[in-house]
Amino acid sequence: MKNMDFDWKPVALVPLLALLVFPLIGSGSTWLTLTVAGLAMGLIIFVIASGLTLVFGLMDVLNFGHGLFIALGAFVATTVLGSMSDWTQSDELWRNMVAVLPAMLVAMLVAGAVGLAFERFIVKPVYGQHLKQILITMGGMIIGEELIKVVWGPQQIALPLPEAMRGVILIGDAAIEKYRIIAVIVGLLVFGALVWTLNKTKIGLLIRAGVQDREMVESLGYRIRRLFIGVFVMGSALAGLGGVMWGLYQQSVTPQMGAQVNVLIFIVIIIGGLGSTAGALIGALLVGLMANYTGYLAPKVALFSNIALMAGILLWRPQGVYPVANR
Amino acid sequence: MTTALLTLSGVHTHIGAYHILHGVDLVVPRGEVTLLLGRNGAGKSTTLRTIMGLWRASRGSLTFDGRDITALTTPEIAECNIAYVPENMGIFADLTVRENMLLAARGAASEKQMDQERLQWIFGLFPPVQKFWNHPAGKLSGGQKQMLAVARAIVEPRTLLIVDEPSKGLAPSIINNMIDAFAQLKKTGVTILLVEQNFSFAQKLGDTVAVMDHGVVVHSGSMQALSQDAGLQKSLLGLAI
Repeated sequence: MKNMDFDWKPVALVPLLALLVFPLIGSGSTWLTLTVAGLAMGLIIFVIASGLTLVFGLMDVLNFGHGLFIALGAFVATTVLGSMSDWTQSDELWRNMVAVLPAMLVAMLVAGAVGLAFERFIVKPVYGQHLKQILITMGGMIIGEELIKVVWGPQQIALPLPEAMRGVILIGDAAIEKYRIIAVIVGLLVFGALVWTLNKTKIGLLIRAGVQDREMVESLGYRIRRLFIGVFVMGSALAGLGGVMWGLYQQSVTPQMGAQVNVLIFIVIIIGGLGSTAGALIGALLVGLMANYTGYLAPKVALFSNIALMAGILLWRPQGVYPVANR
Repeated sequence: MTTALLTLSGVHTHIGAYHILHGVDLVVPRGEVTLLLGRNGAGKSTTLRTIMGLWRASRGSLTFDGRDITALTTPEIAECNIAYVPENMGIFADLTVRENMLLAARGAASEKQMDQERLQWIFGLFPPVQKFWNHPAGKLSGGQKQMLAVARAIVEPRTLLIVDEPSKGLAPSIINNMIDAFAQLKKTGVTILLVEQNFSFAQKLGDTVAVMDHGVVVHSGSMQALSQDAGLQKSLLGLAI
């Protein structure tokens, strides 16, 4: 019996996909640009999806309202960054970061607080009732979108990148957008923090165990619902952070942006295996890369490509790339 | 004279539309090993799950150590110092053996904070737990998983240990290991309630016995009396096991 039997096959899918499309793209510099863009997009989606997959894993809650927290985070960022234009328009990176970091923190706080209310008043009454969960959380998101319109207006709002984050870095002939590198770094930091929490702390141990068998966790004397509320709030806050990153990635925000990203994050958590954080990362990277490659190679099938990716993965592993044991 | 640690009085349990327990009366004496016997579908596992609050008693009452636990939630019942090993063992397959044990040690935030002396005692009872300490629990054999499940349940001192079918599917050598472990646990003063279908296993461990059929306890008394009364065995166990 081996000590650690980590399954590397799903991890290999990411470089495999990148290598497979290389001959189709032809140009090495274009391939590198698309790959970095795909990884950045994938990591932003991972930040958003990581909380959702744990929410489903812990309590079987299908939260179709997760997109609300994305939009909320992005709109909060427009307000915070708008009020710090002196800092965002500076061409010094540290001054930009002084503006972006509070925007991310406030977005996380607001999304987390709204997430707490969302769980208490919308999700809690429908525990264990999937159909009602889908309907009521979608309804909650629609109401949330309308409230965003009341506060910020219905129109698209620009969310320009701070000055020092604009532009590109040239690696050979490949132009890599600076912000995409920042997004990759932030995404990896979030992933590292999540992996550390899940693997090195008792709370993380409880979450991992609860995803597998919540009844047994309760039988050991732990109040899984309290844990779930904490995970829901954390997941909402991460979605808020992801919303800021996504808004800056798109450089604009709309009240419907959450609903649009919702489709991608559900594809990601299904590919990853419901409840699996590592699976969500692999799923997000695959989705990000696929969206960028097909957007370049065959724009007309770009939207379909991720559905096809999900179908292909599920034919290979019907429970997702990292199925959670006991589920 | 032994006193009752756990008492079920007229307990009814419904699962959805199904009425499973029809007024269970059961007394688990303090410091003894009580065997709950009965054929498949008699309501034994449902009784254990009702004790743990995993299914709510729709009528009747449950008293543990003088405290009414009928309306308590599962975590609150576990905090009364009741450990439970379900029929499927409830092992967290994706976690290591160490993580499974650490999880059950409510008072420990890390491995270092676990009671090392008690851990060594558990390793003595169940050597595979030590041998496969850092291995994924899902990779253990059935017998090793059962040992881990019981070891996890006793990682901290508990007043009552409830185990659902501990000998199910185990090799004879592991069954003997289990019998020894339960006997040692009993010596430490732990009260044990076991659901069992293997009468030979039950005979070796049980002080008292309750036989269930159709969601009620149809017989209760000493194991010794049941073991010595062939007629009673035939009438009860022919019916029940």
